[in-house]
Order: sequence, then structure tokens, then C-alpha cells
Amino acid sequence: MNLADHWLFSYQALARHRLRSAMILLAIAMGVSSVLLLTSIGEGARLFIEQEFSGLGSKMLIVLPGKKETTGSAPPIYGTTPRDLTIEDAHALKTIHSISHVAPIIAGTATVSNQSLSRDIIILGTNIDMFTIRNLTLKQGSMLPKNSESRATQVCIIGAKLAKELFKNNSPLGQWLRIGEYKYRVIGLLEQRGESLGLDLRDMAIIPVRSAQILFDSPALFRILLQLKQSEYETSTIVQVNKVISQRHEGKADITIISQDAMLSAFNKIIVAVTASIGAIAAISLFVAGILIMNVSYISVSQRREEIGLLKSLGASAKEVRQIFVISSLVITSFGTLAGLVFSYSIVFIIHANFPNIPLAIPWWSTLSAIFMSFIIALLFSWLPANKAATVDPILALRG
Amino acid sequence: MTDSAMIKISNFNKTYQVGEQPLHALKNIQLNIKQGEYLSLMGPSGSGKSTLLNMIGLLDRPDTGQYQLQGENTELLTEEQRAQLRRKHIGFVFQSFHLISRLTALENVELPMMLAGVKPKFRREKASELLSELGLGNHLGQLPKQLSGGQLQRVGIARALITEPKILLADEPTGNLDQRSGQEVTDILERYNRNGITLLVVTHDIALGQRAQRRLNMLDGEIVSDTGLQANTAKYYGVNL
Repeated sequence: MNLADHWLFSYQALARHRLRSAMILLAIAMGVSSVLLLTSIGEGARLFIEQEFSGLGSKMLIVLPGKKETTGSAPPIYGTTPRDLTIEDAHALKTIHSISHVAPIIAGTATVSNQSLSRDIIILGTNIDMFTIRNLTLKQGSMLPKNSESRATQVCIIGAKLAKELFKNNSPLGQWLRIGEYKYRVIGLLEQRGESLGLDLRDMAIIPVRSAQILFDSPALFRILLQLKQSEYETSTIVQVNKVISQRHEGKADITIISQDAMLSAFNKIIVAVTASIGAIAAISLFVAGILIMNVSYISVSQRREEIGLLKSLGASAKEVRQIFVISSLVITSFGTLAGLVFSYSIVFIIHANFPNIPLAIPWWSTLSAIFMSFIIALLFSWLPANKAATVDPILALRG
Repeated sequence: MTDSAMIKISNFNKTYQVGEQPLHALKNIQLNIKQGEYLSLMGPSGSGKSTLLNMIGLLDRPDTGQYQLQGENTELLTEEQRAQLRRKHIGFVFQSFHLISRLTALENVELPMMLAGVKPKFRREKASELLSELGLGNHLGQLPKQLSGGQLQRVGIARALITEPKILLADEPTGNLDQRSGQEVTDILERYNRNGITLLVVTHDIALGQRAQRRLNMLDGEIVSDTGLQANTAKYYGVNL
């Protein structure tokens, strides 16, 4: 029997039991779809993050206080720090030629209140450079003063959500806000941009870095953001930054420098791992579809006993009978897999067309592995029933 | 016996375990069949007719004994080789037709050639030719449920003949048919026998059995009479029976 005949013969047999075949097809299609759609969420998240990073430009370096001596692990978010990084350190970095912007950052939580309304939020102390480096723009009002690093001016820029929560529908510009024990005048309103690298900029207040030093009563910087003039300068700049800091820190470069690439690849690794494990969990449904294939194949073998006996009397060997049943599973699996692929890709396409903000993308590797898995499962689970078919005694089967 | 026999069976024995009692289905069977012979095999139920037919058709193996088909010893062949041999030399016609209900008359007839891997165009032509020859030219695309008993058996015969086998094994070919259809089927089988195919018919029907030139009678697993053998033996001994 050649392959085309095998497929035709199986197809005819499957078409005979329309409902049963449709059920298996559905099970496989669901298995394939669940793998594809669940991994598409993970992949979507990965692409989203990649996009966020590229929005920042590839010229950013992050300097963290403290140094982890073990290399090769994921970049630490907080270093352990024997010596604080200070505004003066940040200032010193400006002498490096390849650096265009330096933004020292102090971060902390504080209670912000306007009359009786109050909220606990993250306060960022920084300077104007921060706005350039992170592509932040104002919707209304004015920037932080240029001398944010030297003078503790009592002004702040707030996010949209914070403004709405504390000032309702009134304009917050020019109003006084109490942050911790100090009062700040609202001079600007951030453009609504949503979340950026885990910081919800809508619910945040930005104050001059010197003011933050006073507010939190500590000279220690949370981190320093650097923007390079050109991304090619990255390696040489890292060397220089280490040199400048070690001069200032008694010969020790006790800082950790994270480049955009390092961060991105760390994120990538994590998310791909998460996506793969979600996919593996989704693959359980493919496995269940396989068990269904096995069940139905067993039923089919006992229902087609007479036919198997006939085929043997017509000169089909045990091997050919086995092939007939295995190929029959493969035929239904191909249709099921195809249905699953069409369904998943359509869903993703439709969501894309209607809600372009929701990041969904089916990764190529999950498509391949879903196809591969469904065929492996079909082979695996039809093998035993097919073997049973192959051992049917033609004489008994034909006797009916 | 002459060496030209296409089927040479010697010392066939087969025992089935039925309950606690061993059932001796075949006892020391000796049978030689020449190309083109027309044989009927008769006997009461349980006499071993069907068992012998299945052995000749290579569907079953004897416990002991030798079987030569077209000069080839079959005892040591693997299942695959026996399937090949069956496909090449043997056509089965069944009492209950055993057509595949989802396939059309044409597709049912094509089936053995499909299993043999013959190209669709060629086997389709041959199958429709054969069906037309058997008077079913207008029923090629019909499903078994749309055909009468006589027509079903003619499809069954076409399926058995399409691979041009040397031997046609028919197990009660008219058993499920009315008188007229039965006669038609018998005529067809005998026509092909006249054209050279070896025909072995297992039947309860005495009238059908009597039509064969050589008539075998079985009882309790033994061939108790064989007109061919008697004639030969008689000739050998110069006795006129």
C-alpha cells in the first residue's frame, strides 16, 4: 500500500465515524491551541519588554552601588554596599567625555497628602537628565530646576494618577503637596505613559535629588543612570566609570554597572524559561488528547475486526495492518493540528487587529514543538491499539 | 500423483483445545490439487472443511505436515512471506461477502491491488473492467448497502479475481443467496474455472457440490472420500469402479 492510498483509506474510515473523528480532532486542536496561545502570552511579554528597552535607546548604563564578586549571574537589582554612591560621585562622572547625561536617583516611599487625602507612593529624587535618558515628557507645567543636584528646591512633578487621586478634577499645578514632613509645590504633570520597567510613572512624584536627600535623610543614591553619546563607547565608558569611582572610593570600584544588553538578555532568559514552562503545562492537554486517541483506536480496532480479517485474507501482512491504524491516527492528528494552528493564529491575528496594545505573539519554537509533540503523541498512543489490530486472527474475525 | 500438482498437502494434523477436550480438527490429511481442477469439499459442520480451506489459503498453519504451493514449501515462511504468497496466488470468496461497507463496489474490488501497491489508474481500470464483465458495470459507484445479495457476491468474486490468482477458495459462496442469484454466482465461478483457475468450493449444498468434477467428503477431520483419488487409484489398479 503506498502512502497516498494509506491516507485515502484512513480518511474514508475516519469519515465513516464523523462525530468520533470530530471529537479527537477537537481534542488535538485544543491541545495545540492551548500550547500556542499560552506561549503567545509569554512571548508577547518578552516582545513588550524588548520594545520598552528599545524605547529607552540602547545607550543607557546603570550604575549600582556595591559589587557582587560572582560574575556570570543575572545582574543584581540591589547591590550590597559598603560605601554609598553619592550625588558628588554622579557629578564626577560628568567629566567622562563619552557620557552625555548623568541622572543620580534616590528612591523611597513616602506619604503624600493634599489636605485630607493621602497616598503612600514611590518618590524619585533626580535631575533633568533623567527625563532625557528615560524619554519622559511633561504634559503640563515646567521641568525640575537645573540646579536639582545642588539646591533642595521644594518642587515636584507628579504622575497623572497621583494628580487625579489627590486633586480630583482640579489642576494640581501651583498647588502645595505634603511629602513626608516637607511641603512641595507641584510644578509639572507627567505625560501619561503607563508602566516603564516596573515603575508605574502614573503614580509617582519626582523631586530634585538634593531635596530627596533631605527628605529621606540619607546621602546614598539608589542608582545612577548614564546615557552615552554613542552606544559603541559602552566598553570604554565602563572602564572609565570604574576608574573615576575607584579614585573617589579609596581605590575600590565598589559599583556594579549594568548595560542595557545585559539587562535585556537577563529578562529574555527569564521570560523564555517561564514561557517554555507554561507551554509544557499546556502540553498536558496534548497528552490527554493522546489518551483519547488510544481509547478511540482500541474501539476502532474491535469494531473493524472483520475488516482487519478481510484485509489479511486479501494479502495484508501484520505489518501493513499496523501501518493502517497508525497512519489513521496520524491523519486525524494532522487535521487536528492544522485546525489548532489555524485557530490559534486567527485568534492572535484578531486580537492584534482589534487590540493592538495587547502584546501577543506565537513563538516559532512553540509552533514547531506543538506540531512535533502532537505527532509523537499520535504515534505513541496508537502503537498499542495498532499492534492489537495486527494480531487479530483473520479466521476468527471473518467468522464474525 | 504427478509432480505437476500446484497444491501438495501431506500429513496435515491440527488439534484445537475446546474446553478440556482436544478436538482433532484435521487428521493426517493428504491432498494434491492440480492446476485448473474444480473441487467441492463437503461434510457436516465441524468436519474440518473450513479449517482445511483456511490452511490452503495460508490463513492458518497445521500443527504438523507439509504444504507445497506452486512448488514452494510454506511451513517455514514468515507471516509476511505468507501474506505475499496469499496475495499472489489465492482469492477468497466468502459466504457473507465481507465487503467494506464504507467503500463503493469499485473500491472494494480495488482493495487487493491497493494493498499490493498498484497505481490507482491501472487498478481502477482493471476493477471496472472486471465488474462490467460480471454484469455490474452500472453499479461501480454504489455502496454495498445499495446492492442485492447476488450483486454483493459478484463484487466479492471480482475482488477475489482482480489479482489474477491461481486458486479461488469459496466458502459457501451461495449460502446467503436465493436460488436464482446462487445459480448466477455458480455460473460465474464455473466460467472462470473453465478459463483455467483452480476452484475449491466448500458447501453444504449437495446440488452445488455435485457439480464439481472432483468431490471430497470430510468427516471428523478426515477426507473419507475423494472421487479424484478413487478414479486415479482405480486407473492405477486397472479397476473399473
